[in-house]
Amino acid sequence: MLTKRIIPCLDVDRGRVVKGIRFQNLRDAGDPVEQALAYERQGADEIVFLDITASSDRRDTVLDMVKRTAYELSIPFTVGGGIRGYSDVRKVLLAGADKVSLNTSAVLNPNVISEGAGIFGSQCIVIAIDAKRAGADRWEVYIYGGRKSTGIDAVEWAKQAEMMGAGEILLTSMDYDGSKDGYDISLTRRIAESVNIPVIASGGAGNAEHMRRALADGKADAVLAASIFHYGEYTVGQVKEYLLRAGIPVRI
Amino acid sequence: MKVAVLDLGLGNLMSMKRGLERAGADVSLVNSDEGPEMGSCGTCCISGCADADAVVMPGVGSFKDGMKAISKFTATLNEIKEGKAALLGVCLGMQMLFSRSQEGGECEGLGLIKGKVVRLPMTVKVPHMGWNSISLISGNHRLTRGIKDGEYFYFVHSYYCVPEDRNTVSAEVEYGVKMPAIVEKGNVFGTQFHPEKSGPAGLAVLKNFLEEAKR
Repeated sequence: MLTKRIIPCLDVDRGRVVKGIRFQNLRDAGDPVEQALAYERQGADEIVFLDITASSDRRDTVLDMVKRTAYELSIPFTVGGGIRGYSDVRKVLLAGADKVSLNTSAVLNPNVISEGAGIFGSQCIVIAIDAKRAGADRWEVYIYGGRKSTGIDAVEWAKQAEMMGAGEILLTSMDYDGSKDGYDISLTRRIAESVNIPVIASGGAGNAEHMRRALADGKADAVLAASIFHYGEYTVGQVKEYLLRAGIPVRI
Repeated sequence: MKVAVLDLGLGNLMSMKRGLERAGADVSLVNSDEGPEMGSCGTCCISGCADADAVVMPGVGSFKDGMKAISKFTATLNEIKEGKAALLGVCLGMQMLFSRSQEGGECEGLGLIKGKVVRLPMTVKVPHMGWNSISLISGNHRLTRGIKDGEYFYFVHSYYCVPEDRNTVSAEVEYGVKMPAIVEKGNVFGTQFHPEKSGPAGLAVLKNFLEEAKR
């Protein structure tokens, strides 16, 4: 049976992990590759790196990290953050990333989806959507790291992204992100039932039960979380044991 | 053990190279049987697979592009047909082993294993993406040696293989439909999943392939 995926996310700034996990046996706790390997050992199904570097030396540090990660990791990983167009997509994928996640650049120029998917395949193109509630059954897409509203309906955008060749949706609820109150179940379910590609729920995880709800009630195919893993509240393995006991298929 | 990984221009070659190195192989990336060209991965490619004991055909991208790229490897394919080297096709690489595919209209494959490649059913989300468990098929299969029934592997694909001869299938996976996860026929092997992305279980499959290639 296809299992639900548990995906830790690492925020990376200039090649260093921000808010990293405090594992004991790491030689270099700020090294994204070491952190990713630690998660792999815990049983993570995939890793997402979110590059938050603002400066212009971004590209080199990212490509170096991607190459080193591809060398060490034996599970898939996605790189997102600051991917500006097809040229960045190509560089990151050829450096060894399995997938790239596009957010602002895809909203501004949706053709980057079909261009990337046409050449590398849909499975490489993840569309990240930052959505904020704007009505009873309406969520609006935000870009530039949640700073700018677009007026675009999140459900419509998810459908358009699928049509243009996206292989997966990484859906973040801006209302719940950082709250630790759980994922936005209604948003997640709405999107998951509107598209025929996998949906990763993100934003709001505070415990393993939140993940169960996003997968069971929200119909997500995967859940992404950062802080509950970083601060050692749960290991990936502990989350999976909880989910398995609750009847959610996971890889152990 | 010398292994040539074919650079079809689109694949994630570094992961495959590393996976095979972990399994104990001496790996070269090869982008053509003819003159050396710049590989998609940079400067890492050599020309020709003449001294390789085994060849790996990785695969992401479309069937048509893959078949177009493989046409630069006529000499290598002849060596494989003559049984001089073992071949492992991964994901799209496995699908290319078959006679034909429906992807992007009818397209002819390598025909090393008889059968066709068709789209996953409409009843499931496509692509089939993530870790799925395989069921071993009883018989004297080689890639599954030491692999336990129900083991998880990482899959990413939208099409699947339908072999004419069920004896070529050594493990199956279920996603809307039962389909081959591992095929093997003589010196030709294929995995629908990505062994290089499937942790220790994937490594064990790559080691089995290298063992077989030595024979």
